[in-house]
Amino acid sequence: MSFFKKMFGKKDEETIKAEKAELDKGLERSKTGFFDKISKAVAGKATVDVEVLDELENVLITSDVGLETTVKIIDRIEARVARDKYINTNELNEILRDEIVQLLAENNNTQEIEDFRPPVDSKPYVMMVVGVNGVGKTTTIGKLAYQFKEMGLKVALGAGDTFRAAAVDQLEIWANRVGCEFFSKGMYTDPAAVAYEAVQYGINNDCDVVIVDTAGRLHTKKNLMMELTKIKNSMNKKMPGTPHDVMLVLDATTGQNAIEQAKQFTAATEVTCLALTKLDGTAKGGVAIGISDQFKIPIKYIGIGEGMTQLQVFNKREFVDSFFKKIEGS
Amino acid sequence: MFDNLSEKLESAFQGLKGDGKLTEINIAQSVKEIRRALVAADVNYKIAKEFTDKIKDQALGTKNVLSAVKPGEVMVKIVMDEMVELMGGQSVGINTSGKPGIILISGLQGSGKTTFSGKLANYLKTKKKKSPLLVACDVYRPAAINQLTVISEQIKVPIFKDEENKDPVQIAQNAILHAQTHGFDVVIVDTAGRLAVDEHMMREIENIKAGIEPSETLFVVDAMTGQDAVNTAKAFNERINYDGVVLTKMDGDTRGGAALSVKYTVGKPIKFVSTGETMETIDVFHPERMAQRILGMGDIVSFVEKAQEQFDEKEAARIEKKIKKNKFDFNDFLGQLNQIKKMGDLKSLINMIPGMSKMTKNLDIDDKAFSKVESIIQSMTPQERSNPELLNMSRKRRIANGCGHNIHEINMFVKQFDQMKKMMHKMSKGKGMQGMMGGMKK
Ligand SMILES: Nc1nc2c(ncn2[C@@H]2O[C@H](COP(=O)(O)OP(=O)(O)OP(=O)(O)O)[C@@H](O)[C@H]2O)c(=O)[nH]1
Ligand SMILES: Nc1nc2c(ncn2[C@@H]2O[C@H](COP(=O)(O)OP(=O)(O)OP(=O)(O)O)[C@@H](O)[C@H]2O)c(=O)[nH]1
Ligand SMILES: [Mg+2]
Ligand SMILES: [Mg+2]
Repeated sequence: MSFFKKMFGKKDEETIKAEKAELDKGLERSKTGFFDKISKAVAGKATVDVEVLDELENVLITSDVGLETTVKIIDRIEARVARDKYINTNELNEILRDEIVQLLAENNNTQEIEDFRPPVDSKPYVMMVVGVNGVGKTTTIGKLAYQFKEMGLKVALGAGDTFRAAAVDQLEIWANRVGCEFFSKGMYTDPAAVAYEAVQYGINNDCDVVIVDTAGRLHTKKNLMMELTKIKNSMNKKMPGTPHDVMLVLDATTGQNAIEQAKQFTAATEVTCLALTKLDGTAKGGVAIGISDQFKIPIKYIGIGEGMTQLQVFNKREFVDSFFKKIEGS
Repeated sequence: MFDNLSEKLESAFQGLKGDGKLTEINIAQSVKEIRRALVAADVNYKIAKEFTDKIKDQALGTKNVLSAVKPGEVMVKIVMDEMVELMGGQSVGINTSGKPGIILISGLQGSGKTTFSGKLANYLKTKKKKSPLLVACDVYRPAAINQLTVISEQIKVPIFKDEENKDPVQIAQNAILHAQTHGFDVVIVDTAGRLAVDEHMMREIENIKAGIEPSETLFVVDAMTGQDAVNTAKAFNERINYDGVVLTKMDGDTRGGAALSVKYTVGKPIKFVSTGETMETIDVFHPERMAQRILGMGDIVSFVEKAQEQFDEKEAARIEKKIKKNKFDFNDFLGQLNQIKKMGDLKSLINMIPGMSKMTKNLDIDDKAFSKVESIIQSMTPQERSNPELLNMSRKRRIANGCGHNIHEINMFVKQFDQMKKMMHKMSKGKGMQGMMGGMKK
């Protein structure tokens, strides 16, 4: 976990340099490592060897980037090598990083956020959190509430998962941990009503932020997806313009199914941002690159552990760096 | 997707048939298509490669691939057979022997362990006449114990918990003593989710295992898991040498390549499949269905089963018979569409029908996606609906006028319908199908 703190935490120049050095050393060490291979075979040439492209494909696919996006990235590298021809070996891994960072940037029409400040000037700022079962919605809400609270904001959590066993209890424990407001109507109540009243509660109690949890649901379940639309609409009815953000939570260990998730949740609730959880594991979360490539939804937060503080603002460059670090490490 | 893969395989062989020299290139091309299909289904890239290399050797050794009328289909069959074999022929039960039998549940965060613990308890109680005890050993996750408590109340299976105790090994050991003195014959130990790279937590699960010596240790995997499934499955196996795997969240539309990856990597049988959030949604593992699913071949059996849940068995049996006799007509088709709409879960269901995915490939599937098909069928006469072969050119033209779609669309639909019908008929005769049908009759 300390590794990720280092990777994702705010870094000074020194650490960045140290990490670069460490990384370079790693590259030297692994003579059969990925970047070594790619460097040798590309340097000074106008085309890339098939062998290298295969290796590249291998690396991207085994990181869940997906076929379509992988092909796109490979095409870009080929074009770049054709254009720039003589390429210094040291630059090579940079190229790959660049291309992926660019891919992420092109598709994120929204500015990258720098800190946890609520992006909308509204009181309250209202967020709804959605996703398939077990990805980390409730935990991410707890962590986010902590960050908002740290900023001195008054936060309320709305217990919109009234279905899964002990879901309300779980969110309440998080609210207590964080020391924020908690609104619930209990289990097995109408989640749309909970959402409506949670916004009401936020207004009445002078809250700066309201975050509404929802039950996990598979995107293939039509009725449940309709319910989600209803929950969203009920918030908007209480306070026009809300929810300001609908956050889809994706689990970094998920494979290609995440693309379908993004598609269906967007259809039901017009998802505005993503959170990618469980990046503290060995999963590389490459599917997020694919999703960013296909949907214009920015990744906003990443989860790097189960603890309250283990949430970070997404940074393309750092994500790509850690992505390759994991690849070199595996 | 089935059509996709077999079509692609077919085209890989197109024009090359009878040209003996091209055998290897031919097969190599089709092997590549298979590999792509596997990777798109989240089968681990390296495994997909090894697997298809093996297929390639087999295909080269099978003389009839190229002389076959449809070499693509022969290839698909080789792939299917190999995959079914790999994922394990006979389904293996779990070991509940011992006084009490002890089942340890392990896995990553959010994979579905706690829910599955409840389902398994319910299954053992109702189907195996056991007297299970649930044990709450997740001392970390907020409300984890409450969650298991609620589940235990739902299924009326007692729970052993100790909210004061933070040592899962002790809790589990105490639970076993409790079971022995209170007449429970099997305990199910739910543990916290953990990452394979979390040394502290991996040591904990090792300790739990050593401390209770389970008769059965299960590893729970989310069917939506991507390429990382291999690493996790391997790491857990190295630490706790589990006996079997549970595949969860199979009720979605994930292709579930992780199943193949895990089985291939650790060689442990997949023992249960979890298909929902409610307590009765637990199933034994069917390798044939899984193979079909991974290959995107549609899953007619699951479709028929789902359909059975919805309408009466007689209707399902009738459809089944019609498919077998190749008498499936437009009325049946329309009836199925309506049933599907009622079932709600449109997209995953539709893909279960072999041949259907092609018809709906480029559509965003919702009720409207069917309105075209419905309007076409509704413009047919009753005779035409029950005798699809009646549809000649002039009839089609009349139908086109009636429903406001052009003749090309009518042709396309009728052609696809025919293909679908053929496909369903063929599958209903396959050996896998019969086996599965047999297994279905409860
Ligand atoms: N390692 C790790 N675990 C996480 C992270 N985020 C969440 N989890 C764990 O994942 C599990 C599921 O988290 P929840 O927050 O309950 O997920 P959810 O999406 O709300 O689940 P449902 O409401 O049941 O659909 C819990 O054990 C969390 O502690 C993360 O970033 N890293
Ligand atoms: N749709 C569907 N949801 C499932 C299935 N199995 C579990 N779930 C849901 O997935 C989420 C996580 O399930 P849990 O049983 O809490 O998972 P867990 O592995 O115990 O999670 P941790 O204890 O936090 O590691 C819950 O929302 C469950 O209702 C399944 O087969 N299908
Ligand atoms: Mg939740
Ligand atoms: Mg649990």
